[in-house]
Amino acid sequence: MSFLVPATVESEIDERITHYPVSKRSAVLPVLHTLQHHFGYLSEEAVEWTAAKLDLEPIKVLEVVTFYPGFRQSAPGKYHIRVCRTLSCAMAGSYELMESLCAKTGIDRSGVDHHHPIALSADGKFSIEFAECLASCGSGPVCMVNDDFYENVSDVDALIQQYP
Amino acid sequence: MSAIAYKSGREPHAREHRVVFRNIDRDGWDPSLATALKNGAYEQLNKALTMEPTAVTDEVKKAGLRGRGGAGFPTGVKWGFIPPTNTKPVYLICNADESEPGTFKDRYILHQDPHQLIEGMVIACYAVGAKLAYIYVREEFPEAATILETAIAEAKKKGFLGKNILQSGFDLEIYVHRGAGAYICGEETGLIESLEGKRPYPRIKPPYFPAAMGLYLCPTIVNNVETLCHVKHILEIGAEAWANTGTPNNTGTRILCVSGDVQKPGYFEVEVGKVTMGELIHEICGGLKPGRKLKAVIPGGSSAKVLRAGESFTVGRGDAAKTIGLEDIPMDFDTLAACGSMAGSGGVIVIDDSRSISWVLNNINNFYAHESCGQCTPCREGSLWMKKITDRLVAGKASPSDIDTLDSVARNIDGRTICAFGEACAWPTESFIDKFRDELVADTKPGLETAIVNAESLTAAANL
Repeated sequence: MSFLVPATVESEIDERITHYPVSKRSAVLPVLHTLQHHFGYLSEEAVEWTAAKLDLEPIKVLEVVTFYPGFRQSAPGKYHIRVCRTLSCAMAGSYELMESLCAKTGIDRSGVDHHHPIALSADGKFSIEFAECLASCGSGPVCMVNDDFYENVSDVDALIQQYP
Repeated sequence: MSAIAYKSGREPHAREHRVVFRNIDRDGWDPSLATALKNGAYEQLNKALTMEPTAVTDEVKKAGLRGRGGAGFPTGVKWGFIPPTNTKPVYLICNADESEPGTFKDRYILHQDPHQLIEGMVIACYAVGAKLAYIYVREEFPEAATILETAIAEAKKKGFLGKNILQSGFDLEIYVHRGAGAYICGEETGLIESLEGKRPYPRIKPPYFPAAMGLYLCPTIVNNVETLCHVKHILEIGAEAWANTGTPNNTGTRILCVSGDVQKPGYFEVEVGKVTMGELIHEICGGLKPGRKLKAVIPGGSSAKVLRAGESFTVGRGDAAKTIGLEDIPMDFDTLAACGSMAGSGGVIVIDDSRSISWVLNNINNFYAHESCGQCTPCREGSLWMKKITDRLVAGKASPSDIDTLDSVARNIDGRTICAFGEACAWPTESFIDKFRDELVADTKPGLETAIVNAESLTAAANL
């Protein structure tokens, strides 16, 4: 499969690189964000493309991709859910929320571990992972679906219905 | 200024003193420049540009503003650390990586009042001589990043940013830089590494302050969102009047974020030190849930040492020394430090008697094990072992001696790492053991004394 970055995406990337007049390397995160937003995840080709774009060795990009939990190396579902796991949300029922979301979307999390935090539904429509503190501790439990944020989540059916 | 109306059900509590949160949840408010300008935005920038930059720093020093991100370090003093002989470019970074569990204040400023932050940043940049600044915003705030970029574009169009700001001859560009989900990026030197496009491994100290050597090895000021917002209010009412709010050495207002077992969790901007822990919980947050008793409070984000209900603390010196209980503690920097904890980021987590202390500690340990950057061995290995041991504890597979092992692991991390994450991850375990040892031991199984060398117990529930 050939890796093709559309012209509109590349021009957005080129514009972002101008935000770092001192060092192009600083643009690693924004370039990766833009590619992940377009492709859904960061493939080996995306890493190499980023390295070439910023005149870096690919390892300098790969080490960034593998460090940050916000970067994914495999495709998530069409709708990617992040449930806050941390204390205040856990006290407000985030583990129970995770269970009901998995039941509702038919996701099995039994294979999840630190290196494979994301679980996918069989039809590939939904994926889910626990996130550490989403900084909305007063309105837990909270979650995100793609870039949408939800607080005080209690009605899982209504939440999932919004994502056909 | 006419009276401000707030959205129904979102009105500030009568004990609040809203300065930075003046426009949060305000009726008819939106994050646009037009709305901000109708409410006096950028007037303080205009004033600042007529002052000498050092006079702006002096005002911030005189006000006694202390950083709202966690350490409580005096902001004006930090600005003053830029070497006077410096010839390199100076940078300013707004730390909007809000990640400390229990903290949720910057989120509302970024989403609802971006121009307050931008104005504070332009004034701060003018004071320290920065011509390039970044807002490092956490990846989990995608909407905030968009709102900030829109606000920056609006401000630039009106001449509040860019070349020759308001015809003063001062130039400044601000860009938004999104993180990628790592707590360690809240540590200022880790943040700088991240902004340089690298793994966010915190830098070895000294130099202790990026003001000496920071981004691209140039003098760099890193300030929290709330801190930078305060700068414009200091200029607006004057350092002296600003310092008259709050209490001596703990001046101004700050936002307390309360979560956990209270009736009405939320964010409350109060004068520093003018509200006690008890008033915060019982009066402002509507008290505990029916039939519950207060068990513990984590007062300044999850890294802060836990305080136990019924504990007594000696505060004050000499003739002023007195013994107080948990609910008598005034919410300020110095008293919380005297009580052996810290005001930290203002995130107050309330724990009632329905909670298992082992479960709470294990949740915290899972967080730190996930977020250790892995650079220093004591923290990388220790945070994981603390998680594994408390995983065993909540699974009913820990032996009584595990609590001693846990204690020893924690005390071998703190003070032995490059950055303060070592303390952040060790303090919860150290303080929970100091204050709740009996309860932790009660969750162990005496028959499992040899379990520690059992392969199954080593890996049980430890799928990290």
